[in-house]
Amino acid sequence: MESTETAHEHPGGQAMAGDEAGHEESHAHPRYMLVWLWLALLTVAEVAIVWFAFLPRVWIVVMLLFMAVWKALLVALYFMHLRFEPRRVALLAASPLPLAVLLILAVMMEYR
Amino acid sequence: MAGAVTYYAGRAPERGLAVYTQKVGMWVFLASEVMFFTSLIGSYIILRFGASETWPLPGEVLNIPVTAINTFILICSSVTMVKAFAAAEVGDKRGTRLFTLATALIGSTFLGVQILEYRELLHEGFGPSSGLYGSTFYTMTGFHGFHVFSGVCCLFWASWKAFRGGYDNRAYKGLEVLGLYWHFVDLVWIILFTVVYLI
Repeated sequence: MESTETAHEHPGGQAMAGDEAGHEESHAHPRYMLVWLWLALLTVAEVAIVWFAFLPRVWIVVMLLFMAVWKALLVALYFMHLRFEPRRVALLAASPLPLAVLLILAVMMEYR
Repeated sequence: MAGAVTYYAGRAPERGLAVYTQKVGMWVFLASEVMFFTSLIGSYIILRFGASETWPLPGEVLNIPVTAINTFILICSSVTMVKAFAAAEVGDKRGTRLFTLATALIGSTFLGVQILEYRELLHEGFGPSSGLYGSTFYTMTGFHGFHVFSGVCCLFWASWKAFRGGYDNRAYKGLEVLGLYWHFVDLVWIILFTVVYLI
């Protein structure tokens, strides 16, 4: 989760970098088209990884999950404006995630 | 009502989340939706790992390129949704009308492609009763499709309201809350596309 956050900062950082002067303005309107471009590029990358399948299967799965989380974060932080909401709203939005992770991990323990 | 007044009499008003109530309501609903889809994905993991030797490889049954394009279509609809909200926020009624209707139409396109995909798969003999793969595939994509359908219905209603001038820089809450739902549906598809089609 930590690494995904860092990776996500990359496009976010770019999106915000140019708007340093008009800080308030950048909060009101993040660069939606830049986020759209990242989402499109990541989708192409996902399909390419599966299509050419030049990596071991485990690596393909890890990279796919990484990119899916990255895309989901882009949507949540910029399109759903979580980056610009009060922290309490972000906490409310994130509240089911520990339970979701717990459920998935519990289910996967079955096949360890 | 009188009871409520008595109950709260003499108490200092408590601080809320500093956002309007409808938005908090939508986020609470979306939190429950996260658990709904997680339970579906969890069941999928149990069933798939339990029968991994008979599970088809990615692209063997499902059409990845078509669904990738459909994923892109849904991402585009998220952009038009956010543009509709941004237009309403600054009081641009023409932009609000245009982008809300565009979102409804692009969302309908996604549904149309999904229906065609179902038709093609059913024609090839891959249905909800075609083993665990079939039942999990149709359950997950079907529930997501139902969410898209509900969203599209709301979007057409919102378009109608926008064309009547119902949204501006003072009345944009409905559009923002609908936007949150629509982006969530997009977000879930991003995860489902990876889990169901690519892995």
